[in-house]
Amino acid sequence: MNDTNQQRRQFLKTSVGAAAVTIAPGVLLFDMAHGKSEPVSSKVRWGMLIDTAKCADGCNDCVNACNKENGLSGGLSPTDSQWMRKVELKEISTGRTLALPMMCQHCEEPPCVDVCPTGASFKRADGIVLVDKHLCIGCRYCMMACPYKARSFVHEPLHDQKPDVPRGRGTVESCTMCVHRVDKGQQPACAEACPNKSIMFGNLNDPDSDIAKKIRTVASSQIRADLGLNTGIHYQGI
Amino acid sequence: MPTYSHRRFQIRTFYALVAIGGLFTLMGLYASHMMEVHGHIITGMNNQIVWGIPHVFAILMIVAASGVLNIASIGSVFGKAVYKGRAPLAGMLSIAMLAGGLFVLMLDLGRPDRIIVAATNFNPTSVFAWNILLYSGLFTLVALYMWTLLERRMYNWVKPAGLAVFTWRIILTTGTGLIFAFLVARQAYDSAILPPMFLVMSFAWGLAVFHVVQSAMYSWNGLTQDRVILKRMKNLLGIFVLGSLYLVAVYHLTNLYFAKQTAFEHFILADGGIYPWLFWAGYVVLGSLLPLLLIYHPDLGQPRFAVMASLLVILGSFALLYVFIIGGQAFPLSIFPGYEVTSSFGDGQIASYHPSLPELLLGFGGVGIAFLITTVGVRVIGSLLPQDLPDQHQRHD
Repeated sequence: MNDTNQQRRQFLKTSVGAAAVTIAPGVLLFDMAHGKSEPVSSKVRWGMLIDTAKCADGCNDCVNACNKENGLSGGLSPTDSQWMRKVELKEISTGRTLALPMMCQHCEEPPCVDVCPTGASFKRADGIVLVDKHLCIGCRYCMMACPYKARSFVHEPLHDQKPDVPRGRGTVESCTMCVHRVDKGQQPACAEACPNKSIMFGNLNDPDSDIAKKIRTVASSQIRADLGLNTGIHYQGI
Repeated sequence: MPTYSHRRFQIRTFYALVAIGGLFTLMGLYASHMMEVHGHIITGMNNQIVWGIPHVFAILMIVAASGVLNIASIGSVFGKAVYKGRAPLAGMLSIAMLAGGLFVLMLDLGRPDRIIVAATNFNPTSVFAWNILLYSGLFTLVALYMWTLLERRMYNWVKPAGLAVFTWRIILTTGTGLIFAFLVARQAYDSAILPPMFLVMSFAWGLAVFHVVQSAMYSWNGLTQDRVILKRMKNLLGIFVLGSLYLVAVYHLTNLYFAKQTAFEHFILADGGIYPWLFWAGYVVLGSLLPLLLIYHPDLGQPRFAVMASLLVILGSFALLYVFIIGGQAFPLSIFPGYEVTSSFGDGQIASYHPSLPELLLGFGGVGIAFLITTVGVRVIGSLLPQDLPDQHQRHD
């Protein structure tokens, strides 16, 4: 009788041990795959302040950094994805010229999110507007609705994607504000690459952040502010 | 009674028509397969013109699918006897064109394999998502309505079913107009006049399609159309064509009045290359004025002129939608009002678009589906032939 109990205990011990050894790596991987466990919070509103006076004519460093970071080809044909582009402006009435980088404006009221039939276009609690590549059916209604022409459609099969930046043929994509970097506490690639530091990235909701302080003290504007979308990207000098 | 040889001819023609419809459908499916393998790179669409010729085909068919039900409503809801006999054919055509339009719309998606996602993930703020419900609802309602029309025991339900279809299709076409009306940043769209404009256009286009199919069926069966009925129906078409023309004129005139819109109107109406041509020559002259002449000229009373007028209305609707959908996207978005803009992404530039063979085949594939459903439907459901048949002596054979 005693002997049987001992054997049973031994068996149970071995089983639990084996189960632990089997499950542990999975749990570990699951944890790693999910990164930070705490959800993003609406206490944060990520945004940018772009000083057009510092944005040099002909400089494309932000665009190149974006392409490299996100695995975009950098091609300029009408079917190539351009998450970020340099726009050259000339005021018609005065002749004043300026240049600025243009990308998804990460609206508080994003029209792309409103019109998306499946909810693939969505806004995170921290204000970053993204496309869920698994839900996007490629209808392109968001591209019709975006006032900033910020979105691109993947027209061709893709190769050599970046593990952190999943993309997909037949789906729509746009600037993610380098969400994979931001979630690790880093700056978006464009802000880091700008040689003149004309792109300031930060938390608009934190009154003590550099960006919030600067927006309080200098004149800045949102593009197509008349639409009332309250963009996360602010510009100085337009 | 038709002779044996006439009947044999009918059967042969039926199979020939099925073969033609089937061939077009297969070509559409092949085009969609190629788009699936190579991506949308093989179409003329790009990041500036995101909706192209497939959407012209699809929206034309979906709008006409709603409009053709007008015939049914005039009969079942408003009690006009002449139209009651035509209600089953109108229902059949509606289902056929809706299927054709959705075929194109779905297969043009970047990921048509995920169509189930559209059914399982529903964003209530999206008018596209509402339309998915509206389209599937229309299929169901029209099928039920046809059941009440064709099954003697259900006759008591014709009126409520007709009323449901009537309400549903008004909402559906409003929804189609809203797809564009809700695009706040696009100068071509963003207007509350678009839903009523689409609604009246649907009446005209649907009736035109009905006219063509009805005439084909009459000649197929060796019958001639009743002059009085023909006159009433073509006068109705004339009123709808005038109504569409009026709303399109109001849409452009209001735009012309706003200084911020004049550049866009100039582009569409005067210096935009193919778009003004298609608008004036395609829609206004060939698609509206000429049909009106054919309809109302006292010397042109023969049925063939009514068919010509209907075909021209369909052609004009295609031209108008091409200008509206593609021309509307070709004009650059006003992102920086008051500035001249250039960039590597087409800012400030007129976008160019050249429809490619695969997308044309896809569009015609949708027409093929609609044609196939109509041909088979008419053959299978004998009572689709308008019920006010003239007397036997009017048969040709």
